[in-house]
Amino acid sequence: MSAVAPAQAPTHAPGQSRAVPRLLIGLAFVLTAIFVVAPLVFIFWRAFAEGWAVYLANIADPLVLHAIWLTTLVAVIVVPVNIAFGIAAAWAIARFRFPGRKLLMVLIEIPFSISPIIAGICYLLLYGRQGVLGPWLAAHDLKIMFALPGILLVTMFVTAPFVVREVLPLMQAQGSEQEQAAVTLGARGWQVFSRVTLPNIRWALLYGAVLCTARAVGEFGGVSVVSGSIRGQTNTLPLQIELMFNDLNTTGAFAAASTLTVIALVVLVVKAALESRR
Amino acid sequence: MSIVIEHMTKSFDGTAVLRGIDLTIESGELVALLGPSGSGKTTLLKIIAGLEWPNSGGLAVHGADWLHLAAQDRRIGFVFQHYALFPHMNVRDNIAFGLTVRPRAQRPGKAVIAAKVDQLLEFLQIAHLGERYPAQLSGGQRQRVALGRALAIEPTVLLLDEPFGALDAAVRRDLRAWLREVHDETGSTTIFVTHDQEEAFELADRVVVMGEGRIEQIGNADQIHDHPASPFVARFMGATIELPVTLQAGRAEAQGLDASRLPRRALPDGPATLFLRPADVTPLADPAGRWQVAHRTSNGALLRLDLTDGSGQFGIDLPRRAPEAQGLAPGTRVNLRPEAGTIFPGPRAASAPATAPEFPRKEKSL
Repeated sequence: MSAVAPAQAPTHAPGQSRAVPRLLIGLAFVLTAIFVVAPLVFIFWRAFAEGWAVYLANIADPLVLHAIWLTTLVAVIVVPVNIAFGIAAAWAIARFRFPGRKLLMVLIEIPFSISPIIAGICYLLLYGRQGVLGPWLAAHDLKIMFALPGILLVTMFVTAPFVVREVLPLMQAQGSEQEQAAVTLGARGWQVFSRVTLPNIRWALLYGAVLCTARAVGEFGGVSVVSGSIRGQTNTLPLQIELMFNDLNTTGAFAAASTLTVIALVVLVVKAALESRR
Repeated sequence: MSIVIEHMTKSFDGTAVLRGIDLTIESGELVALLGPSGSGKTTLLKIIAGLEWPNSGGLAVHGADWLHLAAQDRRIGFVFQHYALFPHMNVRDNIAFGLTVRPRAQRPGKAVIAAKVDQLLEFLQIAHLGERYPAQLSGGQRQRVALGRALAIEPTVLLLDEPFGALDAAVRRDLRAWLREVHDETGSTTIFVTHDQEEAFELADRVVVMGEGRIEQIGNADQIHDHPASPFVARFMGATIELPVTLQAGRAEAQGLDASRLPRRALPDGPATLFLRPADVTPLADPAGRWQVAHRTSNGALLRLDLTDGSGQFGIDLPRRAPEAQGLAPGTRVNLRPEAGTIFPGPRAASAPATAPEFPRKEKSL
């Protein structure tokens, strides 16, 4: 006769309460709900507070439409440039040993640690009318500050590390043997890149591009310094939202914010889908 | 398609890796570059492939200067130690790669490429794996695919870097015999790099022993085994015992040593070093013997005796059932009778012995 029936066998180690894990899991859910989900829901709730008609009217406001268009334009220009820069930098750092390689790795990470508003101020001091390059730019009739070029520059600065950070570790881990193999088989430089290097990094590249897009669309601090917030001209979506909010047009602000949120959520879904493929 | 390498040197960051290599490999030969890690053998292979460039020296293949030819234009088949298969392509696409990247004018038609791949899959005995991806293959299968990919371009010379290094012992033995068949059937010139003497001697027509960036000896198994050209080769070939002796009329003399079985050597009288393999020494029990048995271990077939004469210690191997092995308990005093050995003039070199297997015939694994 066995002393303990199988049904009575303990399912967890003795002395360990199941209450603690349950408490921690519950806490995680509650905190996420309070700090993340509630504000998101609130955005949409306020945006639709006065009905669909008002919501659509708010979105269709020429200033909001222009802000959406400008934000999209910035992302469409910045993300491809960052992809090209990211691949080039990752390639150089992973495949070659050259003086200043370590320094380059540190420099690439700088935008992560510097507040975007500082980047904005630096650009202002460099390219602004009173800035170092200001007189020269003015003499050649080049307008960088308070115009699209300034917004692009700051956004590029802020998003510079995203693609490199994803691609570089992968390239370092994979080494260059596959590329060497392709070379011995007769592949030329471009063939090696397009048929061996690129397919190997494609998911990391996409992932980096998605993160870069999210950041480029949502950037506020740096852009607010260099754009000058000229209504209908240099206001990106985040700036437009702040402006409407300050104008006490709360419903409008939330309507505009909802579009930005939708973009962010779409990016998040794409990112999660990509992660599951890796 | 003979390969002529002349006075080749190469250094990385000031460290000399090749210190003047002269080597001629005949068309259709199967040659092994054998040496410990750091001997420069892989660097030499990569220079032949065009993946590295030498600091000085010449490389001519069938009269053509290859140092003025990019790797892409050399038509070499290079098999990497870890295969370097393209993970995003299936086996068929991997094998076809070298054909599909050719300029349009030289590229065979799709049907021709497919037929070629079929033929190679059949030849490599992996016809059923064509649609698989590298991650779904075993090590031995990957090795076959890597070789197929290299053979697809009908290479002028086939280069293999530690081709069996990452495989387990049984697969390694199978693939070794198979590679020999592939070589014989394709008639290509083949060079492979290995640190495993057994592999080199079993497979190659000629073995090139390399050490510290130089060629130490070229020959077949018997020549290198019986007549090592230098102390380095002797050590690398497993002669772990180095005894200081005095040469007298071509015969080695030392206290406690019965050198009667060693042939006379035409060497000047004076100090010399006798290199012995642990298995080529017979212990002769003698109460007044020079050496004392310090430890005795057995693996069933072989006995290993650690001998000491107070100043130095070394191990010898002998069959456990041999008559002279009986009664050799720790503490027993013995003299030694070498059955075979190599003598190099001059006192014993201070350098550390090269890596040698503890027990003979032991499989090295990475």
